[in-house]
Amino acid sequence: MQIKNTAKEYDVIIVGSGAGGGMATKVLSEAGHSVAVVEAGPYFDPADPTTMTQLKWAWQSPRRGAGTTRFFGDYDQAYGGWEIDGEPYTQGDDTDFRWFRSRMLGGRTNHWGRISLRFGPDDFKKKSIDGLGDDWPISYDDIKPYYDKVDKLIGVFGSKENMYNEPDGFFLPAPKPRLHELFYINAARKSNVKVMPSRLSVLTKRLNTDRGVCYYCNGCARSCNVYADFSSGSCLIFPAQKSTGQVDLFVNSMVRTVTTNEEGKATGVSFIDKDENKEYKLKGKVVILAASACSSARILLNSKSKQHPNGLGNSSDLVGKYLHDSTGGDMMAFIPELINRKTYNEDGVGGMHVYSPWWLDNKKLDFPRGYHIEVWGGLGAPSYGTGFNVNSFNKFFGINKAGGYGDVLRSDMKKYYGSTIGLSGRGESVAMKSNYCEIDPNKVDKYGVPVLRFHYQWTDNEIKQAKHMQDTFEEIIHNMGAISLWNKPGKESNYGLTKPGQIIHEVGTTRMGSDPKDSVVNEFERLHDVSNVYVVDAGPFVSQADKNPTWTIMALAMRSSEHIVKEFKKQNF
Amino acid sequence: MNRRDSIKTITFASIGAGLLLEGCYGISSEKIKRSLTRYEYGRTPDEIAYDDKLFAQKFFTNKELSDLDKICNVILPPNEFGSIRDAEVVQLIEFMAKDIPSYQDPLRKGLDWINEESNSKFSKSFIELDDNSVKQIFDEIGFYDPNSNMSDLPEPVQWFNLVRNLTMTGYFTSEVGIKELGYKGNMPNVWDGVPQDVLDQYGLKYDEDWLEKCIDQSTRMTIAEWDDEATY
Repeated sequence: MQIKNTAKEYDVIIVGSGAGGGMATKVLSEAGHSVAVVEAGPYFDPADPTTMTQLKWAWQSPRRGAGTTRFFGDYDQAYGGWEIDGEPYTQGDDTDFRWFRSRMLGGRTNHWGRISLRFGPDDFKKKSIDGLGDDWPISYDDIKPYYDKVDKLIGVFGSKENMYNEPDGFFLPAPKPRLHELFYINAARKSNVKVMPSRLSVLTKRLNTDRGVCYYCNGCARSCNVYADFSSGSCLIFPAQKSTGQVDLFVNSMVRTVTTNEEGKATGVSFIDKDENKEYKLKGKVVILAASACSSARILLNSKSKQHPNGLGNSSDLVGKYLHDSTGGDMMAFIPELINRKTYNEDGVGGMHVYSPWWLDNKKLDFPRGYHIEVWGGLGAPSYGTGFNVNSFNKFFGINKAGGYGDVLRSDMKKYYGSTIGLSGRGESVAMKSNYCEIDPNKVDKYGVPVLRFHYQWTDNEIKQAKHMQDTFEEIIHNMGAISLWNKPGKESNYGLTKPGQIIHEVGTTRMGSDPKDSVVNEFERLHDVSNVYVVDAGPFVSQADKNPTWTIMALAMRSSEHIVKEFKKQNF
Repeated sequence: MNRRDSIKTITFASIGAGLLLEGCYGISSEKIKRSLTRYEYGRTPDEIAYDDKLFAQKFFTNKELSDLDKICNVILPPNEFGSIRDAEVVQLIEFMAKDIPSYQDPLRKGLDWINEESNSKFSKSFIELDDNSVKQIFDEIGFYDPNSNMSDLPEPVQWFNLVRNLTMTGYFTSEVGIKELGYKGNMPNVWDGVPQDVLDQYGLKYDEDWLEKCIDQSTRMTIAEWDDEATY
């Protein structure tokens, strides 16, 4: 492999262009610093008609949108998925960890659910509350000003609810609930489950003159061509490029290691240009890793040197440890009242308009952490799979005959269209040192870079929580006059608990703390061991909360980037 | 006549003319259609290469495609909205058999089975059967108890269910099928809540305090502003 060196020394090299990398790019370039963004995937702009999938119809795909090439369907905007050719990962004994990677500018922000929740005050102090895991070295008050700025910069709809651990922010007004969401609201309230407008980073109102306003096509997973939803490219990187001229993008460039000098300080990165299959080096005064929790851990562990024999920033031996994902549980139900419903354009935004935050006190339960409930259903766009087993719901009317042929299939299709609802619990797991990723000593990817091996087991804490989810779903579905479509999962299947990694909220691999023996980065996400290397993805999370990580990734990345700007001013790099 | 019109002609000409299936289902026309506007759906170079590989293969024989065409037409006969041919259902089945190779054996075995059945019952191949004979066979395999496990049912019943599923999904994901179903989205619009007549039908209404949190759509193009009041 040929190695080329570029002469320019950047102020900052940012590895990865998702939520954390995008935010760091914006803050640092606007402060006048030269920035190199190194992204493992291709360039991507949601507005580019050649890659755009938004507003495509099922029939425009030869497989009608089926998920055979992209896991979430042809039109999902994530390049990569659970498996990437030539870039494997391996599993330790009895582990079945799922790792979703999206290799493109903007990373997973192009397809994510846009659920934009702040962590609450309790979420930073879980050990003080239940004795498990650890407290963060920072509190809600430390991060609140950054959540505020992220809200105003990116835009998020929601509502003021005055709930202590679900802090309000600067919201755009919410969209009105859909029909199945009204059914959910009424049914959840009967069980004293709190329901409120969801909080999604979708512009229901104009935020500025650079971005459009949501036109309700339900296509957020396809990434919005008028930039009415948040993606790192459209909202952070492109504006930074335009306003500063300080950003150089290196795409199809996979970072192998952080390079260091005799003193052990970082000097830049080495990366593989995937188009040319050549290795290059980039020089930078500061290196910011934002490649995703597991990819950043992999880069650190692969960056071994005389000064850092255990991998960069790994004197604590904690890089890769405390890996944790959200828990997940799901149930789908049929609402007989909704048969033969009138159809109208019910698309709305690309996600739920209502949800339930965690509403109970864990002190009164047999598991330590909470979950929120997401709601889905309605008159969705047909795609591959629509019409399968078209009249199997006949059984709910005591008709023990299904299938058939002829015009009855057309009427059955219309009869049952839009009559289902889905509930998904997404909860907090307890971070465990015994759940981790490490370098597999026996395997390299097609570029010769050692790959990750995962070790992950759920504990009773998560399994009991999953059982509680299913009990709650059962009750709400009953209240709705609906019928569950899947058998209630029992003990043998961990009560339907998803595999670790499957919720795609993996965090914790470079956790934050004040004690260098007990953590990898400090409160500004700087490696304890190396003064010019930062990690601004979800690696620094001490605990996950029952909330989606993106808003917290960005608030922390903004806080850390402002810290870096100050350090530059003090000439500390 | 421009190129797109000529493709339309090929498709329309083949309707109702079993002999022209090569024109309708053959590799070459599929490749031409793909190279026009049909299948431009935002693919990466790797995905285009994969699609091209599938388009270059042919799985079903022309006889099998003719049988499928006949079967799918009886499963979902044409109506005023459209037909399985308008929806290109058989092309979809051909494509999916290559995209999901585990479909191949069951689909082919079922086609063999229905020809054997036609022979033993009526001493004809399936394509030669009249409507009544087709119905006799379909009535044997076309129904199942929805409380049963599909995998426990006889293979011909499972096969028919697979073909029915592919027919239904092919039709109702097509332009004509989506119109017939009544799906009205996937286009720029403004969502302003469930229509009043639908709320009334289900005896539902929006809570006033909930509505206060919702967007007044007449203000959607106004730039958002917030006061600095502490919100937490």
